[in-house]
Amino acid sequence: MRFVDEFREPELISKTAEEIRRLAGSDRHYRLMEVCGGHTHAIYRFGLKDILPENIELIHGPGCPVCVLPMGRIDDGLSIAQNPDVIFAAFGDMMRVPGTQGSPLEHKARGMDVRIVYSPSDALKLARLNPEKHVMFFAIGFETTAPSTALTLMRAKAEGIHNFSVFCNHVTIIPAIRAILDSPDMRLDAFIGPGHVSTVIGCRPYEWIAQDQDKPIVVSGFEPLDMLQSIVMLLRQLKGREAKVENQYKRVVPWEGNRAALRAMAEVFQLRPYFEWRGLGFISQSALRLNDKYAAWDAEQRFEVPGIRVTDPKAAQCGEVLKGVLKPHQCKLFGRECTPEHPVGALMVSSEGSCAAYHNYEHRKAAMATSLTSIA
Amino acid sequence: MCLAIPGKIVEISGDNAELALVDVVGVRRKIDLGLLQDDRPVPGDWVLIHVGFAMSKISECDALDQMNTLRALGEIDGAMQEVQGYGLEDEDDIEADDVETAQLKISDADLN
Repeated sequence: MRFVDEFREPELISKTAEEIRRLAGSDRHYRLMEVCGGHTHAIYRFGLKDILPENIELIHGPGCPVCVLPMGRIDDGLSIAQNPDVIFAAFGDMMRVPGTQGSPLEHKARGMDVRIVYSPSDALKLARLNPEKHVMFFAIGFETTAPSTALTLMRAKAEGIHNFSVFCNHVTIIPAIRAILDSPDMRLDAFIGPGHVSTVIGCRPYEWIAQDQDKPIVVSGFEPLDMLQSIVMLLRQLKGREAKVENQYKRVVPWEGNRAALRAMAEVFQLRPYFEWRGLGFISQSALRLNDKYAAWDAEQRFEVPGIRVTDPKAAQCGEVLKGVLKPHQCKLFGRECTPEHPVGALMVSSEGSCAAYHNYEHRKAAMATSLTSIA
Repeated sequence: MCLAIPGKIVEISGDNAELALVDVVGVRRKIDLGLLQDDRPVPGDWVLIHVGFAMSKISECDALDQMNTLRALGEIDGAMQEVQGYGLEDEDDIEADDVETAQLKISDADLN
């Protein structure tokens, strides 16, 4: 069917799936976390769970930046943009994300000047084109995106553009992994490491996961074959009682990462002492803010920020799903109060969130299972 | 969110070596090369693009694979929408129910 036709190299996929079954055996259960929201989306899209043996369980991690952003930060950013002289610029992913008073798009409908940009450098361009206005870029993303924001700020500073600022919500992946590993109800065996974050940070920052926590991690690409090969590499380590960092995505990810990108981040950002993650709570040193050299471009320093905190409804069990204690559909709100159209919890907010991915693809599962068993 | 879009460098701007014209399946836009300072691409090279910045150089074969991956993931439309939007070129076409989006279009004929 359609999904099977889309796989490249079906024979190799079939062989790799066979190797996974052989390695996994039947004597124990394996719990693997894919950290990146892009992997979560791909796993559901390709129906990989139906290829994998039952004793391999994939747990969906915190790597969806839209999902983990606390609602209070959206409220804070929108409250700055209540000022009629401010243009609120953000990626399209942010536009439908609800704040307590509605999403950026809904604020736009009520008259706020809200613009979609596809690049932080276009937010800076908006500032050049609108010298009488102030353009605030609402920045989100992990290390994949943070260097682009950093370079844009360096350009703003070099050009002396002062009607531009960044409301910075950039987060870093390592502390979130640490928080998950430190959690007492953590039950993971190994990690599928993020692909595009690793183009920036490289593979070294994961070494403590292997060395100190004794968990294998394999940085993986996004094709079905990439993810299946990564699972083979993880199982080989687990079977051999090894724990190391491996790079399955060498065609894109250099071991040392992208030094120019890391330099740009170091020039502009400093770590926040702590930051709140939706679903995970406060995590120390897990997010970036602008450093003193860039204070003039820091929206949080230029404007009064109310510092709104919105707690997720207690019934939403995002934290348990993030840590792999619960499956998305086991949450009390899943598919009832909490849907992709009306998200209550973090993981339903973006299509990369595990609950939204589960919700969007679940109904195809039966059809896919039928088609995939024929190649697996 | 972490879309990485493959594109081929067509031309590097004469007056600003940090800017390059790239071709993404026929759509040409300016992107920023500032994050590849240590490994500068030249025209003809393929790069992975994220939010308007080249993130890494890749082979042509991997670029075509990446395009197939985006297609298989159902993200090709989103990727092309992103590329078309670079440089504030295109109005967003979020299927905005009743929301007036026309004002998002900013006329900017000058690619430079």
